[in-house]
Amino acid sequence: MSVRLAVDIGGTFTDLALEANGARHTTKVLTTPAAPEQGVMTGVRAILEQAGLAASDIEILIHGTTLATNAVIERKGAKTALITTQGFRDVLAMGNESRYDQYDLNIVLPEPLVPRHLRLTVPERLDNEGKILLPLDEAAVRALVPVLQREAVESVAVGFLHGFVNPTHERRVRDILAEMMPEMPVSLASDVSPEMREWERFSTTAANAYVQPLMASYLRRLEADLRGIGMTAPIFMMLSGGGLTTIETACRFPIRLVESGPAGGAIFSATIARACGLNRVLSFDMGGTTAKICLIDDFQPQTSRTFEVARVGRFRKGSGLPLRIPVIEMVEIGAGGGSIAHVDSLGRIGVGPESAGADPGPACYGRGGLHPAVTDANLALGRYDPERFAGGAMKLHAEPALAALKHDVGEKLNLSAELAGLGVVEMVDENMANAARVHAIESGKTYDGRTMIAFGGGGPVHGGRVAEKIGIDRVLVPSGAGVGSAIGFLRAPVGYEVVRSLYQRFSTFDVAAVNALLDDMVAEASTVVAAGSFGAPTRQSRIAFMRYVGQGHEIAVTLPEGRILQSDVIAIRASYDQEYARFYDRPVPGSDVEIMSYAVVVATITELAETATDVGKPHAAVPDRFQNVRDTATGEVSAWGIYDRIRLAANAIVQGPAIIAEDETSTLVGPSWTARIEEHGFIEMTRKASA
Amino acid sequence: MSNAALAGIQRQIMWNRLIAVVEEQAQTMIRTAFSTTVREAGDLSAGIFDLQGRMLAQAVTGTPGHVNSMMEAVGHFLAKFPTESMNPGDHYITNDPWMGTGHLHDLTVVTPAFRRGAIVGLFANTAHVIDVGGLGMGPEGRSVFEEGIYIPIVKCFDRGVPNETFFDFIRWGSRLPVELEGDVYSLCACNDAGAKRLVAMMDEFNMDSIDPLAEFIFDSSLRATLTEIAKLPGGTYSSEISSDGYEQTVTLKAAMTVLPDAIEVDYAGTSGLSQRGINVPAAYTRAYACFGIKVVVAPEIPNNWASLLPFRMKIPEGCILNAPRPYPVAVRHVVGQLLPDLMMGCLHQAVPDRVTAEGSSCLWNPPLRGGGAVSGQGTPNKPVIGDFEVTTFNSGGTGARISRDGLDATAFPSGVRTMPVEATENIAPVVFWRKELRPDSGGAGRQRGGFGQIMEIAAKGDLEYAVNAIFDRVGHPPKGRDGGGEGAAGVVRLVSGQTLRTKGFQVIPDGERLLLELPGGGGLGDPATRDPHAVARDVRDSLVSPENAATLYKVSVEPDGGLDAAATELLRSQSHAL
Repeated sequence: MSVRLAVDIGGTFTDLALEANGARHTTKVLTTPAAPEQGVMTGVRAILEQAGLAASDIEILIHGTTLATNAVIERKGAKTALITTQGFRDVLAMGNESRYDQYDLNIVLPEPLVPRHLRLTVPERLDNEGKILLPLDEAAVRALVPVLQREAVESVAVGFLHGFVNPTHERRVRDILAEMMPEMPVSLASDVSPEMREWERFSTTAANAYVQPLMASYLRRLEADLRGIGMTAPIFMMLSGGGLTTIETACRFPIRLVESGPAGGAIFSATIARACGLNRVLSFDMGGTTAKICLIDDFQPQTSRTFEVARVGRFRKGSGLPLRIPVIEMVEIGAGGGSIAHVDSLGRIGVGPESAGADPGPACYGRGGLHPAVTDANLALGRYDPERFAGGAMKLHAEPALAALKHDVGEKLNLSAELAGLGVVEMVDENMANAARVHAIESGKTYDGRTMIAFGGGGPVHGGRVAEKIGIDRVLVPSGAGVGSAIGFLRAPVGYEVVRSLYQRFSTFDVAAVNALLDDMVAEASTVVAAGSFGAPTRQSRIAFMRYVGQGHEIAVTLPEGRILQSDVIAIRASYDQEYARFYDRPVPGSDVEIMSYAVVVATITELAETATDVGKPHAAVPDRFQNVRDTATGEVSAWGIYDRIRLAANAIVQGPAIIAEDETSTLVGPSWTARIEEHGFIEMTRKASA
Repeated sequence: MSNAALAGIQRQIMWNRLIAVVEEQAQTMIRTAFSTTVREAGDLSAGIFDLQGRMLAQAVTGTPGHVNSMMEAVGHFLAKFPTESMNPGDHYITNDPWMGTGHLHDLTVVTPAFRRGAIVGLFANTAHVIDVGGLGMGPEGRSVFEEGIYIPIVKCFDRGVPNETFFDFIRWGSRLPVELEGDVYSLCACNDAGAKRLVAMMDEFNMDSIDPLAEFIFDSSLRATLTEIAKLPGGTYSSEISSDGYEQTVTLKAAMTVLPDAIEVDYAGTSGLSQRGINVPAAYTRAYACFGIKVVVAPEIPNNWASLLPFRMKIPEGCILNAPRPYPVAVRHVVGQLLPDLMMGCLHQAVPDRVTAEGSSCLWNPPLRGGGAVSGQGTPNKPVIGDFEVTTFNSGGTGARISRDGLDATAFPSGVRTMPVEATENIAPVVFWRKELRPDSGGAGRQRGGFGQIMEIAAKGDLEYAVNAIFDRVGHPPKGRDGGGEGAAGVVRLVSGQTLRTKGFQVIPDGERLLLELPGGGGLGDPATRDPHAVARDVRDSLVSPENAATLYKVSVEPDGGLDAAATELLRSQSHAL
């Protein structure tokens, strides 16, 4: 018997998914922000009852949470001090000295997590090679203790210039504080984010220190509560990079948990991709306030080492606090069902990023929302059956939706409410498509031949149109889309990523030094993984981040397995040139290549979970009813067939235009698409022109 | 159902798409560029043009100085290479300050986009590269010929084949040949990316030509800009601003006339030309002046040929804002970046609640050089640092805003970013001993000016090196408005005390370090009306001294930020009584 439980705490709902002997149970309960473990316990009891199991039957619990993210966004973390190099007190505040919007005189830059009076400096200085230019003034460190006490500081971050090359000074500060303030949590930049670029590194370290007391105390309480009901299974935490780790590691580096929910969604997509043998996938997760777009090649979500949290400038890049941690790379834009539409000074329709949220929600919820949201526009186009939205749990009201569209958009552009709805939906689809396009170029990827996996409440509604706009001909809507992230947790490997900098040029490549560094990194990652893998087989991947000497952006190149030999060096250089030419058409002649840093991932090997069933013969499905829907391309209204997903057998074929309805979402099959229920029970849409 | 309405929505979608196309173009450059000025600092621009050379859209990513100037450049390319002569795979380049964006360090590349064998549009971009030979970045040249290698408008790629003669010239004409050649490849790749996307877009929307879309964009933009102009009170508003200059103070004068359908700026009375490279070509003057007007009057309207059309400039020949060839122009930004402050000085009289106080404005970018070119050959008794050439971008405080304080150590009007100190120290043997905010530098006011910053720079081992100074606002600090105080003036000196010139090549001897104190922004409104809690927070953060809190803001604060409300009330009532 195998019983696995996943818990994903989101802003509004806590999602749970439990798999026992091949059967899957899911449930949603309200999140309890003040003490999140309470909501979790409510959900755990409910899902165990549903499955007829006891807490002691659970064999593994996997947990992801937005708690750390919310603490940063809402500024509810610990009172944190930063101890840093004298002369560099304001690295956190000065950032990159730029404005993220060139034409807005009134922009607000994000406040650092540590205010200036708690940014404390001590004399010390290392050079770029880690040589000591000025020794650490230990007396100055000790003199800070009364300041920390007087200010009632709860957590300390330590970051010195070039400290990632030589952590001696940072460690000495940690030891002095441990001696004088043994209870004080200390985060060292050389541990949390040992990479070049002082702003990003200090920001990450300060954020880690800022959320650490909160996260550690929450995790301990949760653990105690679960033990209290008799659960003996190990608890694993979902990391923003897509792996799992132990509670102990999570308590040391809680900042690595920030994006665990969306990471679960990406892993969900990766699992679907693997089950279906899709090598190149675009994961499209559209919820109530945002849409998340992630590229998945060879069943691995694309990863990155930078992330921005708590953007103040309405999702504008550059308006958040930078974090340099392993994350699943995705773009998140302010485009969801609740995003509000408006008309700008040029008479152009704009959508989002302001959201109606859950309360009052879109106008059609009938709870007093006055401004038109994307959901209102979808309703105006006839895409939802007002009586059956959310499985009939919530009735939608057309009148306030049409009134809001007419007032905020239609009247300004001389359009009817219905056409205003069309404009809003087209614009939000275009915005998502544009974000996806720019994301691809930033990642050096294309969309030709990709399959989109659409989930979240809005993904299946908008996926087809977005796919058309970016040139994707195949869309897959998996089952269980409503709790995709939690299901993703169940598929995540126990894994850990270590990143370190070691500057090298190819012309003077030091094989011994690189092997020593990689061995050290593998050992560190393996230790973390061993705590939770129970001897399961693991895989290693080792990546070098390389660029032409003089360039600023690196390309990731996978290193050969085993010890690197001198004879491998030419092959590694050749694979770099090849990768570069693939992205940017032509390699640059005559340039040496430099290696900036390395990443090592150690992870357990994951098994397939989605199983294919025998499919019957292809047969045309019969609509359950009809509904008048307006097509966004032609603007014409016609009767579209509505099919209840639950009644569609394997290999049922649905010709667009049609809508396949289910409780959490609706799949819109546009006029140029054909849908089929494929062998895993997923909806597979293909474009007629390409079929 | 009206087809016209649907077509209207569709045109909006296509406009948005075009802006995404040029953004992809810019992102490609950032990812492939070699010069830190482009890839780290973002000193670039990218845009799409119709066959008449009119700009349809410009990437959001980029810096304003390139906006209007790059826009004019495409016309010069077409005059020399008409569209009929262009072939797929061609790329054209120049760094001519009068054909491009105002100094030799900016490369501009123009590339035709072809669809089904026919030319459908043009892509252009501009980027600031680190080195083009000559004297190097700095004000010392006495003519443009001393400032670097001069590239007239030529083909760098002919039907996809690199022009090796051209590449040989630039390789041998630069101190950093690999970076320069790599950057040219990057600029071409960037335009190719845009062209590819444009063709895909035309296929998707079944467009035979971009002209109807161009007319729609121009028509909507012009109409929206005119609507914004019409909201301004008409009249003529005059203002002036001074720069430290090279040989002497330079004064810029503007008389701005707001007409019902245009804004005209006349620069009569502005100082004459300098013998050194602080002169500004006219295209660069128009670029920053337009930015300064637009950011106040019509910030939400995207940049294109039509949205900038109603802003007209009359720049007298022979004044420093209209430098003719071959005057030296290498550091034209140091004067040019004062133009938005000058424009706001005029607009303040028309719409006082929409402008900011003056800011530090000119970037403080110290070009640093060391090694044989500065110190000659080393001997056992006198070691010499290894050869290096490096620049970093740094900013003072911006002017206070109507409802917010100015931004601390943030670039404005320039759109560039700084580089990490760790990255700079990895590419050159320099040590930054200090780079942090400069207390008491923000101009006092109801809204306070942004704080400047202090930098202390040495070569490794405190060996000799040189700075080619390009600093300003040392003699002419940023002014406040509406009763707000001046930002602190800049300071350029050795740590040991000796004052240095604000402009020009100077050696920092063995054992010495360079100290730069960057100006703060001006304040806005009477300081005695500032929220006392905001003053207390600044004191607690050691950014405003308790003395200044009392004398300038009339607020009584302990050094730890404790506010004495009674004493404050007394101070403030006394100041009213006066």
